[in-house]
Amino acid sequence: MRDVVINMQNVTVSYREDVALQNLSIEIKNGEMIGIAGPNGAGKTTILTVVNGLGRLVRGQAKVLGHLMSAGKKGRDFRLCYKTASLRKLIGYVPQGCSVDPGTPISVRDAVMLGRYGRLGFWRRPGRDDWQVVGKLLEMVEISHLAERPFGHLSGGEQQRVAIARALAQEPRIMLLDEPTTYLDWRSRQEILQLIKQVHREKGLTTLMVTHDPKDTFNFCDRVVLLQQGRVAAIGPPAKTLSDAVLRKVYGESTICCQGGFY
Amino acid sequence: MLPGRFLLAVEILRYEFMQHALLAGLLGGIACSLVGVLVVSMQLSFIGVSISHAAFAGAVIAVFCGLNPMLGAFVFSLLAAAIIGPLADKGEFKPDTSLGIVFSLMIGLSFLFMGMIPGPKTQALNLMWGSILAVNNQDLMILFITAVPVLLTITLLYKEIQAIIFNREIALSVGLPAAWFFYGLMFLTGLTVAASLRPIGGLLIFSLILNPAAAAYQLTYSLKWLFGLAAFLGVLSCWAGLACAYFFNLPGGATIVVLSTVIFFAANAFSPKRKVCKISTPKEVNINA
Repeated sequence: MRDVVINMQNVTVSYREDVALQNLSIEIKNGEMIGIAGPNGAGKTTILTVVNGLGRLVRGQAKVLGHLMSAGKKGRDFRLCYKTASLRKLIGYVPQGCSVDPGTPISVRDAVMLGRYGRLGFWRRPGRDDWQVVGKLLEMVEISHLAERPFGHLSGGEQQRVAIARALAQEPRIMLLDEPTTYLDWRSRQEILQLIKQVHREKGLTTLMVTHDPKDTFNFCDRVVLLQQGRVAAIGPPAKTLSDAVLRKVYGESTICCQGGFY
Repeated sequence: MLPGRFLLAVEILRYEFMQHALLAGLLGGIACSLVGVLVVSMQLSFIGVSISHAAFAGAVIAVFCGLNPMLGAFVFSLLAAAIIGPLADKGEFKPDTSLGIVFSLMIGLSFLFMGMIPGPKTQALNLMWGSILAVNNQDLMILFITAVPVLLTITLLYKEIQAIIFNREIALSVGLPAAWFFYGLMFLTGLTVAASLRPIGGLLIFSLILNPAAAAYQLTYSLKWLFGLAAFLGVLSCWAGLACAYFFNLPGGATIVVLSTVIFFAANAFSPKRKVCKISTPKEVNINA
């Protein structure tokens, strides 16, 4: 039986007056591939930020890889917590876009190397092994030819590939992907999804992926969490969770469900 | 004519006040411009302006209370860094409005207490415009004690600083205690501003922090080069400004700042980042031909 690596109990997160997640409880086992879907503002990204301790818990608790984050009586933010910083070293995070000034003094190779900085610890500079890992990852996401370019000069899709390579450079146990195929053209989207599948299997990762892509994207997930207004509307295997009836209930009657997608 | 001028330039180097001023320019130029790289790269220029004016307000209030102005400058600038840093990190306010309020409050406090100082206000006015040609051993020691931790921090924590400059959320997500680092860098900015207050002046100090770093930012995409170039341009601004101030009998701090601005415009004009790819106009093709 596989261990539970993420356990959220009655998690509530709010941004000032807006409640992003309400009493959410979910268990995720080691090696699972979880898809997260739901309309805009349903709390998809917030789930990811709870896992890596970047969100502020108002109520409830989240136990990730044995590290307990509890809201306590007044709610809690974990940005300054050293123990949570150590936890983040084991969690690769691909955020939804990342605003960087085009003139930012950092090359693509360095931007991927950032993923290893947490593992290296203070004072230590990246060694030959680290640069080799980064080189291989750049090849894997097919941007080796851009390695010396300033990061800010890349297109949205190329920056997304850098983000995936950076998350993998952490050699994580959990991968959090927030709309990893945004900005990608059709062919790149297929390639990146294939890459995510491959890395998930080969490295034995636990992966949580938020996406707005058509429902066939979720076919390779073990389970899908469908969110609505900060609550779990449905959870289970993709075919069952994303059935036409459930989708109409969550997205509204006007949702057109066609073969392989919902719009 | 030229040998005469050269001899005069060599001659002034023998004066102790000029040696002190050059040393202050070296230490202040390096510390200010290195801190400037952090401020410019993180796009927090207005935060730096507010911290520098808080230092000025603190120094004037200290003069009013009969205390050492440096003490007031240190307390106020570090306090401003401690308040503004966390607020900016959490994105709880828009800098253009809230920082504008902090900035105007500090300016208001400075002039309010300056007006309340009885008798001649020479000491307070010197804090406003700076007096680099009158720095003493104590000022130099303070500048040295500030420049060393700035240099050490940037050298030893280079990769952490690089991550924070890139994106603070990314730095946090890879497992760095980025929020603590960010507050530390704000603290370092406050320290540098306070230490450079007497030689450069409260109203001018931030230009020396911003201009060399902004000029260097126009010239390179490498962070290592950015730090090096900014330090070079900072010292160049100070030394060239000092020479102009001495030969043309101009106020030192103001001359340094004007020169650093000229250097910024020159760097901006020759910036490789402003290069535009020239596309030749395609010739009209006659489809009927």
